[in-house]
Amino acid sequence: MGGYILKRLIALVPVLLGLTLIVFLIMAMIPGDPATAILGSYATPENVERLNRQLGLDRSLPEQYLVWLGNLLQGEFGRSYSLNRPVIDEVLERFSATLILAGTALLLCSVFGLLAGIVSAVRQFGWTDRIVTFFVLIGISTPSFFLGLLLILVFAVNLKLLPASGMYAIYGGGDLPDLLRHLLLPAVTLAAVATGVISRLTRTAMLEVLRQDFIRTARAKGLSERRVVYRHAAKSALVAVIPVIGIQAGFVLGGAVYIETVFQWPGIGAMLVKAISTRDLLLVQGGVLVVAASYVLFNLAADVVQSTLDPRLRR
Amino acid sequence: MPDTAMPDTSPLVEMQQVERRFGGGKSLFGKPRPAVHAVQSVSLEVQPGETLGIVGESGCGKSTLARMLAGLDSPTDGAIHFQGEDLAEAVRRDFKAMARQIQYVFQDPISSLNPRKTIRTILETPLIHLLGLKRAEREARLAELMDAVNLRPEFLQRYPHEFSGGQAQRIGIARALAASPKLIVLDEPVSALDVSVQAQVLNLLDDLKQRFGLTYVFISHDLAVVESVSDRVAVMYFGRLAEVGPAKRIFAQPAHHYTRLLLDSAPVPGKPVLVPESESGELPDPFNPPPGCAFAARCPAADERCRSERPPLEAKGAEPEHLAACFHPPRVGERA
Amino acid sequence: MTGQRKDNRRPSAFALLLNNRMAAGGFFILVALLLLALIAPLLPLHDPNATDPSNRLLRPLTEGHLLGTDALGRDILSRILSGLRVSIAVGLSATIIAAFFGSLIGLLAGFAGGRVDNLMMRGIDMLMAFPYILLALAIVAVLGPGLINALYAIALVNIPFFARNIRGVTLGLARREFVDAARLAGKSPARVLFTEILPNVLPVIVITMSTTVGWMILETAGLSFLGLGAQPPQADLGSMLGDGRGVLFNAPHVAIIPGLAIFLLVMSINLFGDGVRDVLDPRLKSGALTRPVARTAIERDPASVPAEDAEDRKAVLSVRGLRTAFRMGRRQVEAVGGVDLRLGQTECLGLVGESGSGKSVTAMSIMGLVPTPPGRIVGGAILLKGEDLLAASDERIRGLRGGPVSHVFQDPLSSLHPLFTVGDQLIEAIRAHQPLSRAKAQARARELLELVRIPNAGRRLSAYPHELSGGMRQRVCIAMALANDAEVIIADEPTTALDVTVQAQILTLMNKLRHDKQTSILFITHDFGVVSALCDRVAVMYAGRIVETGRTEEVLDAPAHPYTRKLIDCVPVLGQGERRLDAIEGLPPSVDNLPPGCAFAPRCPRAQESCRRGEITLQEVAPGRAARCLFPLEAGEEAAAHA
Repeated sequence: MGGYILKRLIALVPVLLGLTLIVFLIMAMIPGDPATAILGSYATPENVERLNRQLGLDRSLPEQYLVWLGNLLQGEFGRSYSLNRPVIDEVLERFSATLILAGTALLLCSVFGLLAGIVSAVRQFGWTDRIVTFFVLIGISTPSFFLGLLLILVFAVNLKLLPASGMYAIYGGGDLPDLLRHLLLPAVTLAAVATGVISRLTRTAMLEVLRQDFIRTARAKGLSERRVVYRHAAKSALVAVIPVIGIQAGFVLGGAVYIETVFQWPGIGAMLVKAISTRDLLLVQGGVLVVAASYVLFNLAADVVQSTLDPRLRR
Repeated sequence: MPDTAMPDTSPLVEMQQVERRFGGGKSLFGKPRPAVHAVQSVSLEVQPGETLGIVGESGCGKSTLARMLAGLDSPTDGAIHFQGEDLAEAVRRDFKAMARQIQYVFQDPISSLNPRKTIRTILETPLIHLLGLKRAEREARLAELMDAVNLRPEFLQRYPHEFSGGQAQRIGIARALAASPKLIVLDEPVSALDVSVQAQVLNLLDDLKQRFGLTYVFISHDLAVVESVSDRVAVMYFGRLAEVGPAKRIFAQPAHHYTRLLLDSAPVPGKPVLVPESESGELPDPFNPPPGCAFAARCPAADERCRSERPPLEAKGAEPEHLAACFHPPRVGERA
Repeated sequence: MTGQRKDNRRPSAFALLLNNRMAAGGFFILVALLLLALIAPLLPLHDPNATDPSNRLLRPLTEGHLLGTDALGRDILSRILSGLRVSIAVGLSATIIAAFFGSLIGLLAGFAGGRVDNLMMRGIDMLMAFPYILLALAIVAVLGPGLINALYAIALVNIPFFARNIRGVTLGLARREFVDAARLAGKSPARVLFTEILPNVLPVIVITMSTTVGWMILETAGLSFLGLGAQPPQADLGSMLGDGRGVLFNAPHVAIIPGLAIFLLVMSINLFGDGVRDVLDPRLKSGALTRPVARTAIERDPASVPAEDAEDRKAVLSVRGLRTAFRMGRRQVEAVGGVDLRLGQTECLGLVGESGSGKSVTAMSIMGLVPTPPGRIVGGAILLKGEDLLAASDERIRGLRGGPVSHVFQDPLSSLHPLFTVGDQLIEAIRAHQPLSRAKAQARARELLELVRIPNAGRRLSAYPHELSGGMRQRVCIAMALANDAEVIIADEPTTALDVTVQAQILTLMNKLRHDKQTSILFITHDFGVVSALCDRVAVMYAGRIVETGRTEEVLDAPAHPYTRKLIDCVPVLGQGERRLDAIEGLPPSVDNLPPGCAFAPRCPRAQESCRRGEITLQEVAPGRAARCLFPLEAGEEAAAHA
């Protein structure tokens, strides 16, 4: 197992390199003078001059990439002109807020998605199944930003139960209960779509597994139906669904862009939207790189979990 | 249509030390990748007009050999000559020219027909692409083909899923016949069929061979089937030839203990089971093949020499045509 | 031909789609929305961009403004309709672009394989290493906000999704035999890809499109919502929702109406898309995704239950008039049409037949292992030492399964759970019926593996099924069947998936164990050679019924039923290579379309007029021998035409 993890970690290197390459190429696509584009049209000529030198624009593209990569590896992500502070500081600060939100949402959607999927497969065509199917349909058809607005209207404006925005109350906040109150609505909104997708695929996976020969064997052994479903079938279904959860992590991390904007959550998504509208491209670059890298790591974790469950993958 | 048979003694196909390796090569960092020899040092001839049976169990390399014979795969070493010409090279130069000479019948009759094409489209493909026939000529040829395999002409309009396995296999045979090839490689053509249908197809293959002067290479895991169709038989084990010879000789007096074991294992009505239960049935690790005879670990007659030295394929007993790769061939009537 | 008729009866894809109520609902909403969006310019509506500050934030149902007005006093209804048009157009275009390039990459990578595939898929993997929306954001960040840029971004980030899906399907198809066949028929590789493979991939492309177009509409709306897509004055549904956010607290309808419009549009597309998928995906079409219940449904007429007789009391297992049917849509097909079997103490009974004869269904009916849906037992009785299993409770059946009655199945790889070790699965089988501690059960499991001659039994307990060879796996399955000292083992073609030499070992093993353990075996097979190696008696099935039974050697020496005779003669036998095979003409009948009288009559050389009508019963032809034939063969008689 240790060997497998090590192997996967080594395999991560080219993926991360590819990631930086894509970001680099996207940045290289910027029309016109990159330095001006990055610094904005109000930049002073000396700043443009300095950045041009920093970017090594006099050199060939591969050389530029290596210089840029070298800077990244030293934690040098450049300076945000709109915030006038190092990109890396801003990004890391924001990232912790996103991690809290996305992590909670991911936990919610995995737990509820798996449960709903298994239950609705076991009670196929029953009432539970129909209700789950109905909510799944609503969940995957509603734009998350619209759902967020609706939840604000109902729970914050009309019922006044929960705060409409922010991460902590401005006065007297800052403790865990306060965080949780603020977290609930955005996390649920963010988890809604992913819960739908996961429960749907879990249901399909369960139904497929329940047709397999080894399930017939389990029944022929005289095992109780509970054991057949929750031990034999659910384990196989779980193996099939874990990669889906990995992919959903990407949707949750990306979806944070909307949710953080709607709920004014001080995360990296809201930061990116602002950075794009102010064309603070170094900030965009830094944010994208950090979120993408964390997604890659999460997928690695999903792979490792999957291979602990499935011995056939451990090679 | 049958060529006017020339009294020609040169073989139609000649395989020389054919080898097919999968995997291997080196990884990015120069570490050698594991390689598996699916087929190794196979030298075999196919005479015009005969049926050569190739028999062996799963993993013995018989299907890989069949694909190479049809030009669908190429040997990694050694050569296959078809009418004196190097097959791999001929295929590279002009695949169609080769496909006019050599055709193939697949194991799974349904899977070998494209589910979205009618039988007419399927059978017309070789007529258009291999022979370049005009529409009217094609119609005539289609009727001939359907008649040859005993299918009603109205079946042409149908799709593969409307056919049973036996009918689908007839269509597969008709397709192979379409370009009037000299050689047809039959890869387990009846093993997916029910026994009652299997006999129909075997009899049909026999009739077609007589009628069109075909040469068959017939691959199967079923000894009885191979015996019933073959003039000569090659037994493969773990990628190599264990024994080659006239069908009658091999089945009456096997010169390799593996052939002996196969014969004893085949269930025959009225015959009790003869195989000792201690027999392991395990193949050697393909990534780490033994230095000697691959069958030594299972062989009742194996000694130190068998385990360290690879027995060459050579003539055993009276008949020069009968070759076996065994240091201690079984005696007549001996049981494994 | 039955195939022909079936085909005519099959409804068209569109009819199937409309049969699905949800999909039909989605389809009609979608068509309505499309029509509205198309004819909007012709309707007597306000100019969607005309501002009217004096009439701002009017509530819905206001005179002249059905859905009210927004913060600039623009008519929401006309804006929704024009926004709908933009959203649909953008979503569809993005889908088509992504589908085209993604499918092309997938097709080429899957078909070329090897290095090309590796290179292309590495690139795709890199793109997929980004959280989806993030990549779109980065692209928009660089290209600048705007609807067209958003469209490109969304299309681009969806290319990997299509490429992956299509590559997977192409890869599977490229290995299919018909691809080699097309090559041998003279088609060039490019022609094979586009005329042989593409038609088979097309449904998958359509399914992927229909299930992603809703998603792409959502995503473009999302970018517009953030202010990165449609720029004023141009508006799609997303940017309208974004505008409405500013006045959410005092005029929520400005946000809610476009939100609902997006929801309605996407939901209708998703419903329709699911319908399309169900129609095009053959796995769903055959109803494969219904969950089989733990035990076959039993729906027998109580009057049809035969009374127990003396013979039944002697037998361990007695099957009387068993009928098992499959429900296919509205039709009910009887795969087993009244089977009688008796399995004596320590006897091995071979049940022989070709595929579709109902032999496996008969065997699986005994312990209720025929999947429901679609299977159900509709008549007869199954007596285990006098106890009617069809009347027993589910709990009782569970106690019998794996205990007194155990099974060995055909394919040992798929029959063992891939994620549990061999030891776990054995221990589980033991502890389901015996109150043993885990340690004791483990010791017992090890003994069982030794019993079936698995070397290194102790170590093999911690092996997973995929780490064992086929023969070893089947030994494990046999060990599992012996775990609780079964009185009856039902073995369903246990050696068919194995190589000849391995088959011989397994047969030897089973033969020895059955004598050592005094077990009765019901052995299902299609091979008379296997039967004669193991079985005391044999029952031959044809078209869902037993046509002949008797002691094995007697039946083999002198079959009474012409079908049995033909079945024996059409198989090549080792050592008789010269013999021309006596093939059976024609095809086995399908059980939903049996001829009257004897089902074998159309293929039988001895058939008379009387064979083609009425019920033909299983009659005793000699002591312990029975045949369902009006003109049974005498000993030594050929199955040729009756004199």
